[in-house]
Amino acid sequence: MLKIQNLHASVEGEEILKGINLEINPGEVHAIMGPNGSGKSTLASVIAGNEDFEVTQGDIIFEKANISELSPEERAHRGIFLSFQYPVEIPGVSVTNFIKTSINQVRKARGEKDMPANEMLKKIREKSALLDMDRKFLSRSLNEGFSGGEKKRNEIFQMAMLEPKLAILDETDSGLDIDALRIVSDGVNRLKTKDNATLVITHYQRLLDYVVPDVVHVLLDGKIVKSGDKELAKELEERGYDWLKAEQVNA
Amino acid sequence: MAYTEQELEKELQNKEYEYGFYTEMEADTFPPGLNEDVVIGISKKKGEPDWMTQWRLDAYRHWLTMEEPNWANIGYEKPNYQAISYYSAPSKKPKYDSLDEVDPEMLETFKKLGISIDEQKKLAGVAMDVVMDSVSVTTTFKKTLAEKGIIFCSISEAIKEHPELVKKYIGSIVPSTDNYFAALNSAVFSDGSFCYIPKGVRCPMELSTYFRINQAGTGQFERTLVVAEDSSYVSYLEGCTAPMRDENQLHAAVVELVALDNAEIKYSTVQNWYPGNKEGKGGVYNFVTKRGLCEKKAKISWTQVETGSAVTWKYPSCILKGDYSTGEFYSIAVTNNFQQADTGTKMIHLGKNTKSTIISKGISAGKSQNSYRGLVQINKRAENARNFSQCDSLLMGNKCGAHTFPYIEAKNKTAKVEHEATTSKIGEDQIFYCNQRGIDTEKAIALIVNGFSKEVLNKLPMEFAVEAQKLLEISLEGSVG
Repeated sequence: MLKIQNLHASVEGEEILKGINLEINPGEVHAIMGPNGSGKSTLASVIAGNEDFEVTQGDIIFEKANISELSPEERAHRGIFLSFQYPVEIPGVSVTNFIKTSINQVRKARGEKDMPANEMLKKIREKSALLDMDRKFLSRSLNEGFSGGEKKRNEIFQMAMLEPKLAILDETDSGLDIDALRIVSDGVNRLKTKDNATLVITHYQRLLDYVVPDVVHVLLDGKIVKSGDKELAKELEERGYDWLKAEQVNA
Repeated sequence: MAYTEQELEKELQNKEYEYGFYTEMEADTFPPGLNEDVVIGISKKKGEPDWMTQWRLDAYRHWLTMEEPNWANIGYEKPNYQAISYYSAPSKKPKYDSLDEVDPEMLETFKKLGISIDEQKKLAGVAMDVVMDSVSVTTTFKKTLAEKGIIFCSISEAIKEHPELVKKYIGSIVPSTDNYFAALNSAVFSDGSFCYIPKGVRCPMELSTYFRINQAGTGQFERTLVVAEDSSYVSYLEGCTAPMRDENQLHAAVVELVALDNAEIKYSTVQNWYPGNKEGKGGVYNFVTKRGLCEKKAKISWTQVETGSAVTWKYPSCILKGDYSTGEFYSIAVTNNFQQADTGTKMIHLGKNTKSTIISKGISAGKSQNSYRGLVQINKRAENARNFSQCDSLLMGNKCGAHTFPYIEAKNKTAKVEHEATTSKIGEDQIFYCNQRGIDTEKAIALIVNGFSKEVLNKLPMEFAVEAQKLLEISLEGSVG
């Protein structure tokens, strides 16, 4: 589904990603772990097409098409979704209005008509229930005055509404208490099918207890230095990253 | 495609005026210039009684003694008042009984604007008094209104048919000596609308007028007078677009509202006159005086969406004379390219327990300057007066300006005055967030701007709100993407 080949990216002349190779197949959950500043969020942004970052080398192949030159909205139309680490506020635009606009813009790009209002309403009800969201929440301005947990829940709600092929969860667990973490993880798990894939970016192993990865990658200084199964995440939790850094130096 | 400030700016600069066309029509136009003969000539053309001619002349003589105001935060080349033609009327036929008789070219113009009379007539509850270049062309729904005793006609017609009402109220709220532009308007006004709601009557439909400027080099000076008798209600809509012109066009209107005891007047404006091109050439000068008087327990509500004109100088105001009267001002002002707007309101609290609300939303893009200027004045006698003001500015790019000039004068200790102000920018992070959800940049800006303006858009009557949203999109992101 997603194939990243020798990806290099920089911001303001400073190279952050230094040759990433990654392949994700339908139905898989991958986790990317790494210390602060290793390039995790940059990778998420670059896959989503944020042009604050300059791709200097390499390709991103999504469903057999090279999407490296596509705009963020075109990537979204193809089914790439990014759950933001820091979701932005849009005052005066309700959660409902925003997701409605989003869904209909995606449909328009795919040559489909607007979703009928009753279908939209039904879907909103169903997905907000899945994430245990209050109805009142839906009429509030997008992310304005939301708690950290509400913001993240809202991200996963949008993901549930859009049903992407590839969902990238950037530090979705940060700012969540244990109950919220469980609700959000449950949501993510229930949205999993054999046809879609999830890329979980996280600092801690905690989230991976709930959203269990098939593959864990360790990102260090812009490169994937080690990949393994879910046991690797546990090892990292116990030992930290220093031993891997030392391995790098010795190698 | 990520969106940088520079790109946003570039695209906004490329925005072209959508309604830039000009209809060829035979016109009866005065040669340029202004003197007493011209003032008398206008009055004669309109078949006005002597008292009106004299009133105009007095205004003209006073205007000669005045100076053009300089205090607003705007810079423009002062018009040469002797180079303007002060009267222009479609000459083929002054009045039409049905649409079939209307100049087909004029109908075509309306179609281009997407406001064909056909369509508008079908819109339930909207009566149209169409003003095209100074003379009323057609008035609809008159019968329904007449049954309720409501008078809705051109001001020229009112001067002839209802002289006692006009004589009583014209200049009573905005005296002909009030300011430079009001004096000029009083001397040379060519037409406008008159509306009278009798005691206890609730006007059953939104009253709507489209003003337009269509003759090169012709300033348009409308005069509007709305009188709501005791316990009556009316909602009045005013919308404007103008064809593209190279030279600056002067527009100096006067609107007077009279709300007697317990009456309520809602006055909504959507203004979309030609703002000039992206180099700042051309565009309409919009120097308008709008003021309303509230008697006891009366309420006046001004709502405006200002997206057009090269220069705007406009302060719809309320004189809260009666006890327990209420004044409201809801405004969205959009400036782009080299547009300049200095707009706001004056809330003059004279009566006891008077209340006013001001919500102003300024959106600046390009190299434009957008100023809010407002006065809240609580006078000595105005016990327990209250005001709430909120002024929000939204900036796009980094070459535009947003300014707020709130003046507060409280002469009574019981006054409660609150003022809130915010300034924000459309961020690249907001745009990227929307993009990531499949929303392109053009749509994203529309969404953000509409969200920002929501409190004011909500105050507009339904059919106007849709048009206003469309205008916001045209003004800002019509060019983007």
